[in-house]
Amino acid sequence: MPEYTLRIRRYDPQSGEAPRWDTHTVDLSPVQSVLDAILKIKDDTDGSIGIRCSCQQAICGSCGVRMNGKPGLACNTHLQEAAQRGHGTGWNLPDEGQQTPVITVEPMGNMPVIRDLIVDMDAVHWKKIQRVTPWLINKQPVPEREYIVPHENMVDVTQPMACIQCGACVSDCLSMEVDPDFIGPAALAKAYRFVGDPRDAQHRVRLNDLSEDRHGIYDCTHCFSCIDACPKGVAPMSQIMRLRRIAGSDFDIKDRNNGYNHEHAFVNNIRKNGILHEPDLLADSYGGKFHPAAGKELMSGLPTALKGLSRGKMTPRTALGHPHKAPPEVKKLFDTIDGKPKRYELNLYVSGYEDEPEPNAEGAAGREPPAEQSTPETEAQS
Amino acid sequence: MPSHDVLIIGAGLAGQRAALSAAEAGASVAIISKVHPVRSHSVAAAGGINAALNPEDTWESHAFDTVKGSDYLGDQDAIEIMCREAPDQILYLEHLGVTFHRNDTGHLGTRAFGGASAARTYYVADITGHAILHVLYEQLMKRSEQIDRYEEWFTTDLLQDEEGRCIGAICRDLRNGALEVFNAKTTILASGGCGQVYTPTTNGLIVTGDGIAQAYRIGAKLMDMEMVQYHPTTLAGNGLLITEGARGEGAWLLNAEGDRFMEKYAPNKFELASRDVVSRAEQTEINEGRGFPDGTVALDITKVPRRRTLEALREIVNIGRDFAGVDITREPIHIRPGMHYIMGGIKTDSDGETTVSHLYAAGEVACVSVHGGNRLGANSLLDTLVFGRRSGAHAAARALQMPMPSTPSSWVADTEKNIAAIMNRPQGGRRIGAIKNELGETMNEYVAVFRDEAGLTKAHEIVRRLRDEATRAAIDDRGSIFNQDVIAAIELGYMLDVAETIVVGALERRECRGAQWRIDYPGRNDEEWLKHIDISMNGADVPLVSFSPVTITRWQPEERTY
Repeated sequence: MPEYTLRIRRYDPQSGEAPRWDTHTVDLSPVQSVLDAILKIKDDTDGSIGIRCSCQQAICGSCGVRMNGKPGLACNTHLQEAAQRGHGTGWNLPDEGQQTPVITVEPMGNMPVIRDLIVDMDAVHWKKIQRVTPWLINKQPVPEREYIVPHENMVDVTQPMACIQCGACVSDCLSMEVDPDFIGPAALAKAYRFVGDPRDAQHRVRLNDLSEDRHGIYDCTHCFSCIDACPKGVAPMSQIMRLRRIAGSDFDIKDRNNGYNHEHAFVNNIRKNGILHEPDLLADSYGGKFHPAAGKELMSGLPTALKGLSRGKMTPRTALGHPHKAPPEVKKLFDTIDGKPKRYELNLYVSGYEDEPEPNAEGAAGREPPAEQSTPETEAQS
Repeated sequence: MPSHDVLIIGAGLAGQRAALSAAEAGASVAIISKVHPVRSHSVAAAGGINAALNPEDTWESHAFDTVKGSDYLGDQDAIEIMCREAPDQILYLEHLGVTFHRNDTGHLGTRAFGGASAARTYYVADITGHAILHVLYEQLMKRSEQIDRYEEWFTTDLLQDEEGRCIGAICRDLRNGALEVFNAKTTILASGGCGQVYTPTTNGLIVTGDGIAQAYRIGAKLMDMEMVQYHPTTLAGNGLLITEGARGEGAWLLNAEGDRFMEKYAPNKFELASRDVVSRAEQTEINEGRGFPDGTVALDITKVPRRRTLEALREIVNIGRDFAGVDITREPIHIRPGMHYIMGGIKTDSDGETTVSHLYAAGEVACVSVHGGNRLGANSLLDTLVFGRRSGAHAAARALQMPMPSTPSSWVADTEKNIAAIMNRPQGGRRIGAIKNELGETMNEYVAVFRDEAGLTKAHEIVRRLRDEATRAAIDDRGSIFNQDVIAAIELGYMLDVAETIVVGALERRECRGAQWRIDYPGRNDEEWLKHIDISMNGADVPLVSFSPVTITRWQPEERTY
């Protein structure tokens, strides 16, 4: 069997010593997991390595760690896959001329380390979960038997329901790195689980709360890290985008953070130019160049613009003119999406795989039709 | 010192349900778990939960199926209670927000399950346990003023006063190693089964029989410990579970010759016979040379429409892909019977009371008994909810009528000494992992689908030896922050105690009933063995066996065919 070298980050606050790297070599099959390797090391050599784990089948959510720089569950990450992640990134090259593949295992990010690979999820992850009022607020009257709701709705919320609270998405959330108060991907996916549930009575209240919070749904920068990180296909960012669409289009919530306007300026910008024409974006987000609010924002954005000019990122011509016009393909794309009777939502529990015949993928079935024509987005999620 | 009306140990479905009902009754509640509650192994329950909720279905039909499934060893009064209360539990969960999948009319949908005469299994894709566990945890968060949660606290000992009443527990805060006495009027054990006694098992690493051993050590009776369920569809090698929901949705079992062999063993129900029957059929095929070279038969899920598999069995699609390299929507997957559940446990009545005063038990840790010799699929979630609720309500009602017992905090001294002794063990003993592995493989070899006296006797000798070795097992970690080594040493002791009671029970019952299949005593023998085997500690460190009658209300034992 091939050999793998595991570099495990060790830290015991009780020892008073700085974190260190322990190196162990294991002989295991490439399709055994990183957790198998760690447990073997614990069993055979060093029982003091701290890692939470239980089910070994990616359902209990205990063993979230970073492997060669990427977060995930140690139990469903194969050794060969973890090793390959390191190629060309420098992650697996601590020793020059290393013959066996190296897998560096570290605790997850964005959360304080308690010991070794164990992080304090209460201090960050669970605190954020509690922030979104994480329980159903029943639509009244509560029926004597079950609520009658469309099957599609229940299948739709099965996607956020499939979250195992492992924290992998929190670990690598870029927005949270900059703004530790960001409610974050896991908690917002949890919020969608209620907003997407027809039995919940507080959709508007929830959406208003999450839109108006400066650290809420508009604090996400759309970076896809959480979708990459999630081992369960929850696609937290997609759930955040759905919260935005429902808040903006179905409930007409124009938040004080200008998130709604910014998003729509962005979409219209693409509709017009085909690619992002950045100089218009800020002004359009505040009602256009001549809007009083825009003037203030433009002034505050001036240093950034000047820096851009001085570094050649834009020229006065590109800043003021419109050098690019949306090609017909872009218009066609918008027409197709706008032409759909219902908003198109991607949800793996609903839509299956790409080689299937076109599924009935209307995630928002059963919801009140939008009051006005919405401007849907497409998502590059597969 | 934390003091509560009701102390609940274990925060899976039974523990959380007990916490909610005790809180609803007005009691102050503490719920303690050695892991964060949502990591509890209830999370892995996949296929669904049974209830006769459809107007065309009846609780009597559900109860009869359960009695028959138990091979007539289940107590029929308790089974009646469970099946009568089942519909209310489903609706309770539905109203709390469990996202049960629906049928075309938007009502709760059902799927077929083994041993059942109607499709009465309610489900959330194949993550039913997960969905329910997370929703109950939402309710714990909502009621945090009344329910104190102690997450990642490990229980080391149950406490008893001079009269033998249980008055709380000693627990270790895993974060800093501190010991604390939890003072309680009533205590409910809900800490799950003992899957790790076997290798492989479908159960998680945390499922180490803690509660069963803790109760056993303070004198509680255990019951029917020989009844260990082998699930028919577990992956070769790592033992991971492929839900019975797959067969419920229409998957077939095939031997290496491509025959749908269940036709021979269960001509009416085929793959949906009860689990003991299907597991024995598979093992017979394998033993008689009609299995695959890796000691398996095949589960063919391609019989289920692909879209339905992706929607309703998505988790096992992932498990097949990640842990066996098989796309189950395209090709059959190799499976075999594997340890999954223990029907036996701490003997309780239908309110969860054990034979130790003021100590309750609910869920897999307990034996009411509703499962008897063989549990039906999707009855375990029901068991946790019905008897979790009843235990919580009963324990709360009792607690509200009594004063708080006084528990000297000096009682931690003994536990402190025990832990220090583990930490200061000299080097040189066998490694914990090696002992655990030998235990698991021994149990899986001799106390499995087919059993006989020679094998069981050998298993007993090995378990006795391992118990001795375990007292000297090597420890690497001497710290106090998240010292998992010390916990593993304590858990190993629990597992070995539990293993011994399983072996002793299996040696004792000389017949074939449910999961206990003694090839040296063929046939069910109602005349001599229609009774429970109770096991308790006799003080001399050797299990003491006694018997108690099975309660029969309306279903006399009959021949059992599917």
